[in-house]
Parts: sequence; C-alpha cells; structure tokens
Amino acid sequence: MKMSPLKSLVAAGVIAGFIVPMAALADTQFLGAGATFPYPFFSRAFYAYSQDHAGITVNYASIGSGGGIAQFTAKTVDFGASDVPMTKAELDAAVAANGAVVQIPDTLGGIAIAYNVQGVSKHIKLSPAVIANVMLGKVTNWNDASIAALNAGVKFPNLPILVVHRADGSGTSYHFTDYLSKISPDWNSKVGRGKTVNWPTGVGAKGNEGVAGQISNSPGAFGYVELAYALQNDMSYAAVQNKAGEFVLPSPDSIRAAASQKPDVNPNEFSITDMGGKDSYPIAGYSWLLVWKNQADPAKGKELTALLKWLVTGGQQYAAKVNYVPLPENVQQEAIKAIGSIHN
Amino acid sequence: MSQESAEVISATAGASARAARTRISPAGDRIFMFLLYASAWFVLAIVAALFLVLLQRSWPAIQTIGLGVFTQLWDPGGGHFGVLTFIYGTIVTSAIALLIAGPVGIGAALFLAELAPKRLATPVAMLIELLAAVPSVVYGIWGLFVLVPVIRMYIGPALQHTFGFLPLFQGPIYGVGMLAGGLILSIMVVPTVAAISRDVFEAVPNDQREGMLALGSTKWEMMTKAVLPYARSGVVGALVLGLGRALGEAMAVVMVIGNKPQIVASLFQPAYTMASVPANEFSEATGKVYISALIEVGLLLFIVSLLVNISARLLVWNASGRGRR
Repeated sequence: MKMSPLKSLVAAGVIAGFIVPMAALADTQFLGAGATFPYPFFSRAFYAYSQDHAGITVNYASIGSGGGIAQFTAKTVDFGASDVPMTKAELDAAVAANGAVVQIPDTLGGIAIAYNVQGVSKHIKLSPAVIANVMLGKVTNWNDASIAALNAGVKFPNLPILVVHRADGSGTSYHFTDYLSKISPDWNSKVGRGKTVNWPTGVGAKGNEGVAGQISNSPGAFGYVELAYALQNDMSYAAVQNKAGEFVLPSPDSIRAAASQKPDVNPNEFSITDMGGKDSYPIAGYSWLLVWKNQADPAKGKELTALLKWLVTGGQQYAAKVNYVPLPENVQQEAIKAIGSIHN
Repeated sequence: MSQESAEVISATAGASARAARTRISPAGDRIFMFLLYASAWFVLAIVAALFLVLLQRSWPAIQTIGLGVFTQLWDPGGGHFGVLTFIYGTIVTSAIALLIAGPVGIGAALFLAELAPKRLATPVAMLIELLAAVPSVVYGIWGLFVLVPVIRMYIGPALQHTFGFLPLFQGPIYGVGMLAGGLILSIMVVPTVAAISRDVFEAVPNDQREGMLALGSTKWEMMTKAVLPYARSGVVGALVLGLGRALGEAMAVVMVIGNKPQIVASLFQPAYTMASVPANEFSEATGKVYISALIEVGLLLFIVSLLVNISARLLVWNASGRGRR
C-alpha cells in the first residue's frame, strides 16, 4: 500500500520527463551535492537566481563533503561542493572517471573562538600561543598568568577550562586545526590538521549547534564555532592576535582582509589561516565548488557557467545576508578565470 | 465457577478448531503455510544480507587495518582506526541504561497491570507508549540542555559525595560524559521495557493470580511468585528489545556523551559509542579506507549486539532453569 503513492509519483515523473521538454525547451535543472557549510548561502542564492532566470532551477543536497565528492565523481550531480579542495587521491579517481576537474572558491567563512566565563568582557584577547596551549591541554585554568597577561584589567576566576570541539567531521575543524598547525610546531607534530583529529583534550559535540549549546551551558568552556553561528547566537568570542601582532575580532571585514592577502588562492594553495596584514583575522577558510572541465551537454554547460559566474560575483550579496563573507574582489577575478576554463 | 464454564467453552472451541482444520482445503493451507515460512525466512534473509553488505563494504578496511582495529587510537588522518574505546563506551552505556531502565520499566509495568486503578492505568500506559515514539534527537536536545546541567550541578556531586571512594565516581564532573549517555539511554529504554512488560503481565491468566491469592498470599507474593515467573520470557524479550535500542542509539548519545575515544573508569569522563562514530564522521569522511573503516564499526556493532543478545538470553535461560528446580 505504501508503495502506491511513490509509484504514481515515479510514473508522473516519467510522463513529465517526456512532456516537459516539449512544453518549455529552456527548462534546465541543476543538481548539486556536498558540504553543509555553504548550504544557507546556496539555498538563498540559487532561489534568487531561479527567480530571475525563468526555467532554471538548482537543487542542492547538503549531504556532507565526502558524499558530495562521491556523488560528483559518480556523475550523479552537476556540481559538488566541499569544505576543502579534493585530495590528490580523490582527484585522481575523478580524473580517471571523467577528465579534469575545476575547483572554484564560492564563499568564505570565519571561525570564532567562543567561551563561557562569567564576569569577564564579551571579547577577551587571546594570542596564538595561548590558544594552542589551551587546545593542547597545557593551560587548564582561566586564572593562568598567560591569559591575564594579555587582558590587563580583566579579573579571571579560578575556573577549570573545558575545551569543546566538533565531534563530527567538519571543514570548521579542518580550518581551525590548520591554523593551530601553523602557529604551534607542537600541535603540528602531535595532532596535525584534519576534519577529524585525535584531540588531546576536551569534549566533542555534534555540529555548530552542539558546540554552541555545550559552551553556553558549561561554565569555563572554550571552543570554536563558525562566525555566522557566534553572531546569530550572541556568544562571547575572542579577539585573536594576528601575524602582525594586532588583536582582531572576527567579522566579515577582517576575514575578507585576510582572504585578500592571497588573491591567487587555488586548490593546491588554499589555506588562508594566519595571514599577514594588520586587519586580517587569522582563522578562516574557503568553501569550494567542484565542476567538470569538459561539459557533456554544451547547452547545459553554458547555463552552468553563467550560473557559477553569477554565484561568485552578483550572488555574493546573499552570502553577506546569512553572515557569510563575500569573496574579495581579487579572488572573484580568479574564480571567474577558473570558470572560464570550463569547456562547453 | 466462571472459570469452569470458561474452560468448557475453550475445550469446545478447541475441538471445533480441530474439526475445522481438517475441513480447510489443503491447497489454501499450503499457500498460507508457504507465506508464513516465507515471512520467517525473509527476516533471516534481511539479517544475512545486512551482514554480507557490511562485510563486503568494510573489506578494504579489514584488509588494510587487520587486527589494528582492536587498538585504542582512532585517528583517521594518521591512518589509525582502533575501535576498542567505542566498544567499551557502547557496552558501558548500555549496561547503565539496562541497570536503571530494567527495574524501573518492569516496576512501572507491574504497577500499571496489577495495582493501578483502570482510570489511571489506561492513560498512563498510553503516555508510556507515546514516549517510545519520541524521536531520539528530541531526547538528545533535552539531555544537552536539561540533563547535562543537572548532572553537573546535582547528580554528579551527590554521587561523588556518597560513592567517591569508587573509581567510577572520581575526577572532575563536566556534565557530559559516560553517565549522561547511560542516563539518557535509560530514559529512552524505559518506555520500551514498560510498554511490552505491561502487555506481557496483562496476558498472565487470572487463575494464576487467583490461585496464588487463594493460598493466602499477599499481593506482593502474588506478583513475585505467580505473575513474574509466568511472564519471565516475555519480560526478557522486553529487556532485550530495550537493550537493542540502547546499543544502536546514536543521535541522543552523541549529544551528551562528550565523544572522546578513551577508556577510563570514571563515569563522569567523556566517552564514545560505536553507533555515534559513523553518525558523526560519515558525512565528511573521504578516502576509501576511512569510509570503509566507518562501515567496519557498523559491522562490529552488529556482531557486538548479536553477542550481547545471545549472552543475555543464555544468562536468563540458565537462571530460569535453576529457578524451576
């Protein structure tokens, strides 16, 4: 009995598949799959695009980067999205399946260091050394002299630090551990970077909402969340000392400042953590689109490149609307160049 | 006297059923028989297919990791896939869940079936069945925002104060941890155990109770000596189903257990369970061996569940065998 509505749906789909091409030749549907991080941005941007371009719809399934890469490689979707560019092994598999892959940065995200300590300011100052030592389990109490030294006039309580990290694999963890690996040789040799690492200390929570929830109801908690999440939930987060020695709060401006330091960002050199420049916030990363260089269907390929070009330029305004960071001008130019290399 | 007439009726019903059996056409009989066989084999086939697919998909990991899977270090980036910490977490949380939910669930069911007035029993039983249908993520969110702070501020300190000499209750209390995982599971398992046990108790024939009471027993003796022994296998079934839910639960546990792969005595420390690992890491996992290792965790969970269920049944069979003698 349960099957019958499904069957009729399938039947309707099959029939529609025959009729629709005759009714409206321009109807194009793009299917994407991948990372959950850019989903709020994509869903807004693609909706706006289909409003302005009759006959074009884009469906994006936020199933995770791993699933996105697998679906993309299997050619069941028109484009994939991933929190970090494909690894060499993944790329080799994809190239063997369907030729070259073009990877395009589509939006930027920053990572805020959030904490829960009663009676201190909403934005304390933290240095790279302190962040690394807390994450390594070497600094274990908020009254540690190294924290107080950075925050003159702030009285820190005698309160154990509870490190909260992501338990699920995530690009947020990748960018954060990438930062830690750059600033701390100790972290680099003991833990390293990855979407899931062997955390030296603390408790793991699922998703940004899990980490935020854990931080908000554990006095003494110290963790990292996507900036959009920290802003929307009015969390306390730190100003982090950057490479130039300045203490900078995470914001769309400070993250764009960091990203614009590296205009030639590409799938091989994609890290933008710990960038120079006095306005740069040091913990951030790109989200990436995966597209086949050789499009099988020229007409559809043309529509796809038009969509992508819009996404990295005009569409960027929708990133700002969900507290994501629009690509800097110079990176937009690089992205357009990459899109131009797609053969229709 | 009503009993006698009931027996007469059931005797005649039995006789007419026997007569009816010979009257039914053999063809219909055989088709029905075939359908029943097919249903039973279908269940077995699903289990076998599940096992085979898990085995096939985890084969790359089994080949690469081999016995390295039975170590403690889980570090996908470094190519280490040890799952002992997860097995430990699953067994301990499920044990806590069953230790609490077993007595509470059976107690609630006994009360509803034997003691509570009908006016109370019916709505409460309905509510319990409703609880069994609440999605686990709801339990998880409740656990994170209510249970975890309560453990950190009240339950944990109280346990530490009373039983602090045991290694189980030593060390800092974060709220999240093995205890929170076990407690949330016990809350989720209670409805399952209570709802099934109640049905089982209600199926105990009244003459059992009346016979016991006629011998001059108290209500307590009636329940422990007549109802419980009669319903034993059904109650074991309820416990095993509850255990199954505890072993396989991922979402609610992920949100309160702290997800730290480690084996330590203290229940206040964060831990990790087998079901949580694929739930946490599957969507972002890349690389053949990593994905395959996550599926191997599923395969091992399948095997652990099977072993736990078998040993639970053996334990009860032995106990009940001794009880009869």
